[in-house]
Amino acid sequence: MKDPQPSGAPVGRPTEPGAVGRPSFEQHDDGHARLALGPLSARLHRRSAWVGGLLAALVLAAVVVALILPGAGVETREALGVLFGGGDGFAATVVLNWRLPRVLAAVLVGAALALSGAIFQSLTRNPLGSPDVIGFNTGAYTGAILVTLGGVTGFAAIASGAFFGGLLTALVVYLLSLRAGSSGLRMVVVGLGVAAMLGALNRWLIAVGDLELSMQAAAWGAGSLNGLRWAQVTPVAIALLVFIAAAFIVARRMQPLDLGDDAAAGLGLRLGPTRLLLLAVGVALTAVSTAIAGPISFVALAAPHIARRITRASRVSPLPVALTGALIVVVADIVAQRLFDPTQLPVGIVTVTLGGLYLITLLAKEARR
Amino acid sequence: MRDHPRTARASAWVIPVLVLALAVSVLLSLMVGARALSPSTVIAAILSPDLSLPDHAVVWDGRIPRTLLGLVAGVAIGVAGAVIQGLTRNPLADPGVLGVNAGAAFAVVVAVGVLGIQSLFGYIWFAFAGALIASVVVYLVGRSGHGADPIRLVLTGVALTAVLEGLGQGLALVNPQAFDRLRTWNLGSLDIGSIQPVLAVSGFVLAGLLLAALATRGLNAVALGEDAATSLGVSVRATRVMAIAAVTVLAGSAAATAGVIVFLGLMVPHLARRFCGPDNRWVAGLSALMAPSILLLADVLGRVILPGELAAGIVVAFVGAPFLIALARGKRVVEL
Repeated sequence: MKDPQPSGAPVGRPTEPGAVGRPSFEQHDDGHARLALGPLSARLHRRSAWVGGLLAALVLAAVVVALILPGAGVETREALGVLFGGGDGFAATVVLNWRLPRVLAAVLVGAALALSGAIFQSLTRNPLGSPDVIGFNTGAYTGAILVTLGGVTGFAAIASGAFFGGLLTALVVYLLSLRAGSSGLRMVVVGLGVAAMLGALNRWLIAVGDLELSMQAAAWGAGSLNGLRWAQVTPVAIALLVFIAAAFIVARRMQPLDLGDDAAAGLGLRLGPTRLLLLAVGVALTAVSTAIAGPISFVALAAPHIARRITRASRVSPLPVALTGALIVVVADIVAQRLFDPTQLPVGIVTVTLGGLYLITLLAKEARR
Repeated sequence: MRDHPRTARASAWVIPVLVLALAVSVLLSLMVGARALSPSTVIAAILSPDLSLPDHAVVWDGRIPRTLLGLVAGVAIGVAGAVIQGLTRNPLADPGVLGVNAGAAFAVVVAVGVLGIQSLFGYIWFAFAGALIASVVVYLVGRSGHGADPIRLVLTGVALTAVLEGLGQGLALVNPQAFDRLRTWNLGSLDIGSIQPVLAVSGFVLAGLLLAALATRGLNAVALGEDAATSLGVSVRATRVMAIAAVTVLAGSAAATAGVIVFLGLMVPHLARRFCGPDNRWVAGLSALMAPSILLLADVLGRVILPGELAAGIVVAFVGAPFLIALARGKRVVEL
């Protein structure tokens, strides 16, 4: 079939060779702008764009604060010196080998959890359908406990236990709610039921298991970034970056899905494969994060809501979501380390408490409407 | 509400059968365990106790306290579940799922672990306060224009439980002794080894049952709609206050003695409704008969199923969670 418009090349393709590489920027009246750079073009929500910039600055600031706060015998001045390329051997070790991997993990885990939450909320078409609500974290915890109590220690073993535990749980919840129709609410309640069963199992395993191993498993179960070094962080960081990039790509498909099954099918989206792809990326993001940090609850739930609120966009783009998640986890980790110094709280305790309170306020606001 | 209300009362055979089942559960709970006893030994131990005999000592020190606790806590949880389902008109409601038990247990842990209160009469008030705050929060948040939205109510409970768990774990790290207490509490165990707490809490449970009896009458009228209830001479507000008070006292008493037991209060009223229809008074009454049987049987099962004992709360959760899933998969999840 011939193209109806003479100059109507497909969107995003340059009409003349000379256009390649020359950025163009058009403003539209609906709060969006169009940015084109050669073969790439993006529709930008203006408020999202500057909010994204602001969030990025805040994340950077939080990261710097986490790196330079005094502690472990290192003064702020020395830590700053290390950041500017100086500092003695010990301060450099503390900042670059102890704090930096931890902060990097916090940023990536936060971003990954937030994106995974946005994906699951879109899949279940339910603002509350985040992986922690539908039982994924509890299943990952079960897997980690089983591996730990089985006597296998080490990061890789616990990580894979968590991965398969979480994956299996997500699959069971998905299959159980599949036959009941595609209602997202059912999925949430089925997830609650499964999570409750696994939670009972977890508590029993912790209670009857060997005390030392149980303590180890319980410490992991609270969700902590304590003691992370480059050896653990580097492989996980690479995996997380890959999946975060994948999430940015598949996020485009979420918009038609949000319109409903029929509308999405009408727009030419193949529902089955799209859902499966989204599910795979969402599960991978949560599983890898959970493997390194333990279950850090409520970030996946809260971050997309907060991002939606501050960007005021009808559809939230992945960047503000990821940055919001990163900011939450970095700040929560600073609080967890400093609040009851010298007692180090796991970051998961801070996020679960704040996130739970946030969820209650959210529900209360909805109820008043 | 149903289009075709079933008979307003249970068939004649239901109550004798339930009473028989309860008697059997009590007997099993006295007999089964690490040291299995014959019915005649149990009866002899009760009628002419000789504590120098090991069998008699087992009955008096271990089996009787946990059986009595199963009865008292079972009745409390079953009736609390029936009342909270009637109050919220939410088929998914349960003091455990809604975080009321967790609120009570958390308050007890604070009282015992942080404030150092050891006597049950001291810390049970904390349990009540915790249960009251939790039920009011859940009720206010979960309520919306036309009756409470079941899913929202459940999620509020989940969020509340999560916050309390987070605070509890934080407390545990700062104060390890409290953690130990919380750990056993969260399991929901009947094995308390002493009869004192059970006797102490019985008076509160009786008061709670009285409140529940008063509240269920009003709840039936409120189920017809607030205007209809007012025209029948029932005060909607008084009914709700009484219902929340009943749930608070019953769930608080159960949590202060047996710890957190989830899903029992969810499933029992549903089972009861099969026999007696939607009348709240009958639902509460039959729940009071069924819940202790189920709790005791779960406890008995937990004693024999594995070499180490499995706490009753865990067995109940394993049976009750599929019940929640089945309810969610059913068609009429939103109605009661």
